[in-house]
Amino acid sequence: MRERPRLALALLAVLLAALPFLIGTGLGNSWVRVLDFVLLYVLLALGLNIVVGYAGLLDLGYIAFYALGAYLYAWLASPHFGLHLPFWMVLPLGAALAGVFGVLLGAPTLRLRGDYLAIVTLGFGEIIRIFMNNLNAPFNLTNGPQGMNLIDPVSIGGVSLGKSLEVAGITLPSTYLYYYLFLAATLLVIVVAMRLQHSRVGRAWAALREDEIAAAAMGINTRNVKLLAFAMGATFGGLAGGLFAAFQGFISPESFTLWESILVLCMIVLGGMGNIPGVILGAVLLTVIPEALRYIGDLQRATLGQVVVDPADLRMLLFGVALVAMMLFRPAGLLPSRQRKREFSAQDGVAEQEQASLYDTKA
Amino acid sequence: MSAPALLQVSAVSKRFGGLAALEDVSLSVGRGEIYGLIGPNGAGKTTLFNCMTGLYDLSAGHIHLDGAPLHGRKPHHIVEAGFARTFQNIRLFANMTALENVMVGRHPRTRAGVLGAVLRTPGARAEEAAIHNRARELMEYVGLKNKGRTLAGHLSYGDQRRLEIARALATEPRLLALDEPVAGMNPTERRQMSDLFLRLRAGGLTLLLIEHDVKLVMDLCDRVAVLDYGRKIAEGEPALVQRDPAVIAAYLGGDEA
Amino acid sequence: MDIFTQQLINGLVLGSIYALVALGYTMVYGILELINFAHGEVTMIGAMVALSVIGVLLGASPDLPGLMVVIAGLLVAIPACMALAFGIEKIAYRPLRKAPRLAPLITAIGVSIILQNVAMLVWGRQYVSFPAILPRGQHEILGAHITDLQIAIVVLSLLSMAGLWLLVEKTRLGRAMRATAQSKEVAELMGVNVDRVISYTFIIGAAIAAIAGVMVSAYYGLAHYYMGFMLGLKAFSAAVLGGIGNIAGAMLGGLLLGVIEALGAGYIGDLTGGFLGSHYQDVFAFLVLILVLVFRPSGLLGERVASRA
Repeated sequence: MRERPRLALALLAVLLAALPFLIGTGLGNSWVRVLDFVLLYVLLALGLNIVVGYAGLLDLGYIAFYALGAYLYAWLASPHFGLHLPFWMVLPLGAALAGVFGVLLGAPTLRLRGDYLAIVTLGFGEIIRIFMNNLNAPFNLTNGPQGMNLIDPVSIGGVSLGKSLEVAGITLPSTYLYYYLFLAATLLVIVVAMRLQHSRVGRAWAALREDEIAAAAMGINTRNVKLLAFAMGATFGGLAGGLFAAFQGFISPESFTLWESILVLCMIVLGGMGNIPGVILGAVLLTVIPEALRYIGDLQRATLGQVVVDPADLRMLLFGVALVAMMLFRPAGLLPSRQRKREFSAQDGVAEQEQASLYDTKA
Repeated sequence: MSAPALLQVSAVSKRFGGLAALEDVSLSVGRGEIYGLIGPNGAGKTTLFNCMTGLYDLSAGHIHLDGAPLHGRKPHHIVEAGFARTFQNIRLFANMTALENVMVGRHPRTRAGVLGAVLRTPGARAEEAAIHNRARELMEYVGLKNKGRTLAGHLSYGDQRRLEIARALATEPRLLALDEPVAGMNPTERRQMSDLFLRLRAGGLTLLLIEHDVKLVMDLCDRVAVLDYGRKIAEGEPALVQRDPAVIAAYLGGDEA
Repeated sequence: MDIFTQQLINGLVLGSIYALVALGYTMVYGILELINFAHGEVTMIGAMVALSVIGVLLGASPDLPGLMVVIAGLLVAIPACMALAFGIEKIAYRPLRKAPRLAPLITAIGVSIILQNVAMLVWGRQYVSFPAILPRGQHEILGAHITDLQIAIVVLSLLSMAGLWLLVEKTRLGRAMRATAQSKEVAELMGVNVDRVISYTFIIGAAIAAIAGVMVSAYYGLAHYYMGFMLGLKAFSAAVLGGIGNIAGAMLGGLLLGVIEALGAGYIGDLTGGFLGSHYQDVFAFLVLILVLVFRPSGLLGERVASRA
């Protein structure tokens, strides 16, 4: 019995280590880049999952924290200000900055009930984006809509991940190197998220999501516990943002629109809120499917002689359809967590409890 | 009473808009007492509970637990001070297991934070094990020994009531306030519950009870207070209160005697 | 020219459009407590449909009087939006009426994305321009300019609002709507067909949204598949500002938000010593939204929601 999980784990490790090579040879190196983005989105989705899935707070401005992490990385490691700090300083700083902003944005909104909270966080997200878009004058902080480029790649022990690396006769392109970095970050975040879920803090989040009044009556400081969820989620978002900036070498406000927030939310909803494997599955599917859709363009060219419908235009449409269909037919997601499954299938009883908030009774 | 009361409610009023739900209510609950709070529907019993546990702000008055003020404090502070409660319309965390529900109750008496959880420090692990053990003990104590892995929402009604008590006990209260704990139970279950209450009292706990079951109140309570239209109309030993004309009038729906 | 008066007029014109869209949010929220995220997109579809009709008519005979062409566009757009909203409610929201609160909100976001992208496929990514066929008279009051179009927008908005007011206050349907907003259960017991009332609420909101969509595209001279998003958010903010669930509140909130935005954009440069420019205009709606929700979640005129928010 004991040997089996260990064996499975070893196989998984080998598979993950070999994945870029398998994909690179099988589908071409551009797909390894997609793979890197899959990992970034897994990071984001795991972060948002803490806020939405664990604590039950619908945050539609999550991408703002990703943006903060990315911009901080760009400020501290690019020619923009002439600073070139090493990544091991910049990444934690970006994560911390995002975490602080998580608390700052969370604090005034915590009294709000679910859907109001969603709109306010959306507003915060848009405000941050509007500022990023316009803070090129009078003082050039963000370089406006053009964005910032020539951002330093991650460099570990003098080896830059921005260039290909020759190891024992094998050439590892930059995308491969970043894959391993992102994989390490993802595994770290998975472990953190899992441990949090099954801890005193995780139970407090679950209690909060289930019934805020009962949670308060169990001695949980609901305000602090909510802020903690915001901060933890934002921290992961900031970390992912820093990695994104370094990997891409270029950032602009266009990468941080509301639709990115909604995309990450879709990943969680599709995969299964609150359940780590579900969230990972959701992130993988929603990153890979749009890429695969590009082939629809080729298909049209081959069969119809021209591209009638731009596959990029279909991407969001399919997301919309997927969101609605999931909520109607499989609201708990593809891989639901035990709790969510029941919650979404439950009738009004649970729904009403969820709607109640501490301040219902206080007002 | 010679010893100072454990719970002192002084001249508490609560108004919702123009409606007075509680009007100048005072009462005191002594250490180790089982104190009953009775009255017709809508008399303000649950409102008083909500005021005591910080869900409502008081419009006027003071509440002290063992000399420390509870009024104006947040619900979680009140739990930390040693005042736990259950709810009339059972508010369990329905999608968590029964055991997890009780483990949540350990929250105010434990400390582990994010770092402890993430790093699995020896301290955090020991605490987590202690939480687990204590929760199991409490499950057994209230008679839910083998139900730990059942989702709270899947438990029978009586078991849900029991679980709510176990969860409240996990916060280590000095005073446990129970809002209609035997409502909807059959006579056997009621007897088991009143045995449980007596055991709890024997263990040093003070109980505050909202209950409609007159027999249970008469058998169990040392003293009772009667609320009607937000006012306290009688207080004292059950047998005496039962004969109070004002109480009889309130229950029979007559005018003030 | 008096900048203050001019911005005030611009703000009131824009605000009356916000108010119309806000009515749709507030009516649905009043009854279902659902933020109908897709309402902004319904407005956009209204503008697009009207523009298509206008295009066809002008293509057939370019000499038709402009006002008539626009009215024809409006008369097609209104039923189109009504049908759309009816379908959305029936397919996407009704099955989720008893689901946890997040579910219909997520569905609403999904519907919003679908409408945007369908519009993009049908009408393209480019701006669709509103032909210059309306009378373009200009008047001067108190040192500021006001165009015929601006006057028409304000008048038509006021008429729509008055119509809605009469409908809600004076008709059987209006009474049923108010009863349903108070309590679905009780209304049902009183013999109100709640499903039908909810459908009507969506349909009426959509009709008003269609009017607003045509007005906004006429005002800016263009329409775009993405225009409903920001318009919707601003209108929602307006509804919250006035007190969501409250019809008079939506009107007041819309006008106020329009004025706040116009004056804010006009003066933000001076206020911040030139640090922030007028392109921060869109920030105001969000700031208003956040401040209202944090400090007075019941809004200016709201009472009922206070106990629910």
